[in-house]
Amino acid sequence: MSEPGAAQPEAVSEATGRRLVLNMGPQHPSTHGVLRLVLELDGETVVRAEPEIGFLHTGIEKQCETRLYHQVVTLTDRVDYLAPLSNNLCYCLAVEKLLGLEVPPLARWMRVMLTELTRLNSHLVWLGTHALDIGAMSVFLYCFREREDILRIFEMFSGQRMMTSYFRIGGLAVEPPRGWHRAVQNFIQAFPSRLDEYEELLTRNPIWLRRTKGIGYVSLEDLLDLGVTGPMLRAAGLAWDIRKAEPYSDYDKFEFDIPTRTESDVYARYQVRLEEMRQSTRIIRQALEGMPSGPHVADAPGIVLPDREKMKTEMEALIYHFKIVTEGFRVPPGEVYQAVESPRGELAYYVVSDGGNRPWRVYMRTPSFGNLQALPAMVEGGLIADVVAALGSMDFVLGDVDR
Amino acid sequence: MLQELLESVPVISELAAREPQALLEGKRDRGEITLVIAPSRIAPVCRFLKERGFVRLSSITAVDWYPAEPRFEVVYHLHDIEHNQRLRLKCRVHEGESLESVTSVWRGANWYEREVWDLFGIRFENHPNLRRILLPEDWTDHPLRKDFPVHGGRYDYADQEHP
Repeated sequence: MSEPGAAQPEAVSEATGRRLVLNMGPQHPSTHGVLRLVLELDGETVVRAEPEIGFLHTGIEKQCETRLYHQVVTLTDRVDYLAPLSNNLCYCLAVEKLLGLEVPPLARWMRVMLTELTRLNSHLVWLGTHALDIGAMSVFLYCFREREDILRIFEMFSGQRMMTSYFRIGGLAVEPPRGWHRAVQNFIQAFPSRLDEYEELLTRNPIWLRRTKGIGYVSLEDLLDLGVTGPMLRAAGLAWDIRKAEPYSDYDKFEFDIPTRTESDVYARYQVRLEEMRQSTRIIRQALEGMPSGPHVADAPGIVLPDREKMKTEMEALIYHFKIVTEGFRVPPGEVYQAVESPRGELAYYVVSDGGNRPWRVYMRTPSFGNLQALPAMVEGGLIADVVAALGSMDFVLGDVDR
Repeated sequence: MLQELLESVPVISELAAREPQALLEGKRDRGEITLVIAPSRIAPVCRFLKERGFVRLSSITAVDWYPAEPRFEVVYHLHDIEHNQRLRLKCRVHEGESLESVTSVWRGANWYEREVWDLFGIRFENHPNLRRILLPEDWTDHPLRKDFPVHGGRYDYADQEHP
């Protein structure tokens, strides 16, 4: 690999007469994965920053082209390990749009409830690690305590803590488990007071304020120009949330607010994400109260796997099961760009079908990739110690960047 | 199809008036608007659309239709936040043909164009830094092309030199 930062070793600054090129990563605790930053320093000031990505590139998009439509669901989990259900949802919605398939109300509401739990899960990991990077260790332990409860709920639903694959084309993988209502209820009753705990530790903490206020500022125009989405954009004052703007999966039936701040610094992003957690709690509570009853999958033989019981008594069910598992189903030709609001911003799947049983092309517009481009704008001109704070406030997942 | 879009979407009729040679095809499918743009006019078209409210470039990617010709479609997804409208632009290019970069319109296009170059081998003229982004610098192929094998060649450790 060439060394982009080391291009001009003779370059000297006027102030001190000396510049230092520093490699941060690819193995560095604050990059939460394998991100390499080439920093050019003048004393403690960052003059130039260049992110180098691709260390986690696994060719998922290429893999998608070789799998049947329903097999791709398990690949989408592995893009963003903190928000597997958001990726499942986005892919399923895209294929359902291509098929013209309507999923039943129970599945739609369950999808909303579980993606909001995913948002909590992701924001909790963000808050814990972000605080840990800046030096507040205890927050991390509290956040992971609550995250554990969410992972238990995921395990209850899908049998998996992280790679859930619970949403399938046409609905849900299996019926919601017995006792799910009480499990989610217990969690959601306790959660707001836990959020207060985090706030007590951080919101007015003088060290936290000095490390985050006024740090990593980028103007709203620059953020838009650089392709940033999600909480970072809302912390700069733009009340744009895909759940409101282009409602999918019955989000228009839920009441919630879009939190915004105008300061566009690390602290504003912290405030926006914390408020988002409270709003997610509101959505989950509404989903619990109004959860519709009925089937969990669409009535679409040939696309949705048949019921196990029916397979033992009905010939057609057995044939459909055999055909779906061995050769999948055909999707009418066309292309769809489906966007959802993932915890990190705009997540979109561009699925192109040529009429066959495997996708011709699956492109993942991942929020972390778009957001990471704003990193140089955020840290250049600041102190090297603030790079860690700015990195944490972006909340990227390297798997999501590199795919 | 294009006629219907010209009549119903004002920004597209404005575009057709401003860039008469650029707009080749247009369709509305499953509620999504797709415009096919002449490859030589992509940068001015994007500049015009940005002025008209498409402030956000959602993504740039490509599709390989091998063995059809022209084999590549470079796909731009634009978004107008204020009017909540999305627009898909497509340029059909042959192998070896290059496109004008839109980094001067949206700075965010930088990494997306690098990714398309890296994975499909489509060049962008006047790009400030058109290097590989996901794959190593010394990689020679473009893996998202349809003629690139999924499983790769056999790797034999005996072939490697051990210093």
